[in-house]
Amino acid sequence: MTSPVATASDRSAPPPSDTSRPAPRLRTPRRRHSADRPRRSVLLTVLTSLVLLYSLVPLVWLAVSATKTQEGLSRSAGLWFDGDFALWDNITETFTYDDGVFTRWLLNTLLYVGLGAGGATFLAVLGGYALAKFDFPGRRSVFAVVIGAVAVPGTALAVPTFLMFSKMGLTNTPWAVIIPSLISPFGLYLMWVFATEAIPTELMEAARIDGAGELRTFFRVALPLLAPGIVTVLLFTMVATWNNYFLPLVMLKDPDWYPLTLGLNSWNQQAATAGGEAVFNLVVTGSLITILPLIAAFLLLQKYWQSGLAAGSVKE
Amino acid sequence: MTTLQPPAAAEPRPAPPPVRRDRRSWTGWGFLGPFVAVFALVFLAPIAYSVYLSLFREQLIGGTTFVGLDNYAEALKDDRFWASLGRVSLFLAVQVPIMLGIALLVALALDSGRLYGRDFFRISIFLPYAVPAVVATLMWGFMYGTRFGLVGDINGALGVSLPDPLSPDLVLASIGNIVTWEFVGYNMLIFYSALRVVPHSLYEAAQIDGAGQIRVITAIKLPAIRGALVIATIFSIIGSFQLFNEPSILQPLARNAITTDYTPNYYTYALSFNGQQHNYSATVAIVMGLITMVVAYAVQLRGMRKGV
Repeated sequence: MTSPVATASDRSAPPPSDTSRPAPRLRTPRRRHSADRPRRSVLLTVLTSLVLLYSLVPLVWLAVSATKTQEGLSRSAGLWFDGDFALWDNITETFTYDDGVFTRWLLNTLLYVGLGAGGATFLAVLGGYALAKFDFPGRRSVFAVVIGAVAVPGTALAVPTFLMFSKMGLTNTPWAVIIPSLISPFGLYLMWVFATEAIPTELMEAARIDGAGELRTFFRVALPLLAPGIVTVLLFTMVATWNNYFLPLVMLKDPDWYPLTLGLNSWNQQAATAGGEAVFNLVVTGSLITILPLIAAFLLLQKYWQSGLAAGSVKE
Repeated sequence: MTTLQPPAAAEPRPAPPPVRRDRRSWTGWGFLGPFVAVFALVFLAPIAYSVYLSLFREQLIGGTTFVGLDNYAEALKDDRFWASLGRVSLFLAVQVPIMLGIALLVALALDSGRLYGRDFFRISIFLPYAVPAVVATLMWGFMYGTRFGLVGDINGALGVSLPDPLSPDLVLASIGNIVTWEFVGYNMLIFYSALRVVPHSLYEAAQIDGAGQIRVITAIKLPAIRGALVIATIFSIIGSFQLFNEPSILQPLARNAITTDYTPNYYTYALSFNGQQHNYSATVAIVMGLITMVVAYAVQLRGMRKGV
């Protein structure tokens, strides 16, 4: 069995910049193309480029639009720059508008992501390790219940959770957003599969024979081996909490506790309310600022999360 | 906040004899315990509470009374609920196959090794997944605008008048486009990851037998990733039935087209938070949850049985 760490990403071919370079493989003039090294196809590349364009054009639109003033947005063509380059003004205004409420939303989001995604990953790692490496009474049924729960619409849970939390006095506090974020059934599943593959049982036995307790075995032996899986789960729980909209929408009344998603939507709707000021340039710039951290995280950590995911699919 | 109480129970075990994995003990609970405790609080308790709520009705006069299954009877006769369910079913029937089809084609193209710049394609097509639904919807909402969006640009540049994507006739397709944009890359990655672990010796064997690309795809690759296909389908079905963010954020732009009972989830939300009908809202949510589970389970059974 190959180590899950060394699957998909290790075969990784050229870095992104490679697309512009024509036919990089010159040393195979008349070589028979094997299953491992088929001939590159221009047609296939062009066809796939259509999907690429579809994926990237809206992001280009967003980046270009963030450089425009409110008037520029309606005056100029969507995918090209307006005469006024207002990116820096927009960024400054985004952070200072309405007493810097955007900064507050950003900090709230960081808080929810830190505690919510961090906690969810921690619980998923512990639980996945248990499911993978221990046999205990009720193990099978726990998993069935958790997987069954995935089918329950999260949005359907939000209303009863709201009513429950409201009785407990937790609504309109950060806890109402953080506590439900702590559970990631997908994270548990991924960690379970990953731990099964990544931790040799013999290694655990060896640690135990050397007299290590269960906690010590977990932290010293298992945890380092689980690192790529942990990064993967952390990234996906981060996306889930960073992008969360419905839960905070239900739980929070006070704009001071809003995460970025709710805040941006409230700015957008401001134009539609009577007497509200239209701030579309800020909605656009704020949106760009909101997506940059996650995109950066995915790009920087791709080696890790892709190997984590590849391990997850072994079981399929 | 995170109380890590568990392994106390496990510690006092005497120096363990050489054990095998299948030895049963309660140690595993120590590690799984925290997850299960929070899970019970945020999943099981709300479900139970929801069932409890669905059996009562709040009246202006007389307060809250036990009504048994009356709320369920009402839900089954509720035209607004069925209309919203019909809408998401139509959405599901059209959007999910398109999205998964594109994702599968891209995954196969990446896996074929015949693309120039494979890694650039893979990461770029995946990126929209990192964009919050709110931002994606706001962005597409602007671009859909016939006045200062891309649609307006195309109309102006080509002298045509494309139909308004936010008109009642087209808004469902426009939402479908947003959801497709958000999740094509994610599903592509699931399929691609599954394809990467297919043993390459199978392809070599097929090549020696003279199998072409198409044959390799249908005879080896697709069966090998059946599990991933089924899981992606189930998650997409659940996602479609839960549709809320995109329509609710587009709603101010398309007031005539999107009503507060546009999807089942939007309907339960509106019932609870605009109408204060918590009990009936809980009932509709449960009915919807049951329908989702039945459909997801049916797909799973069917997907797993075929060809096994």
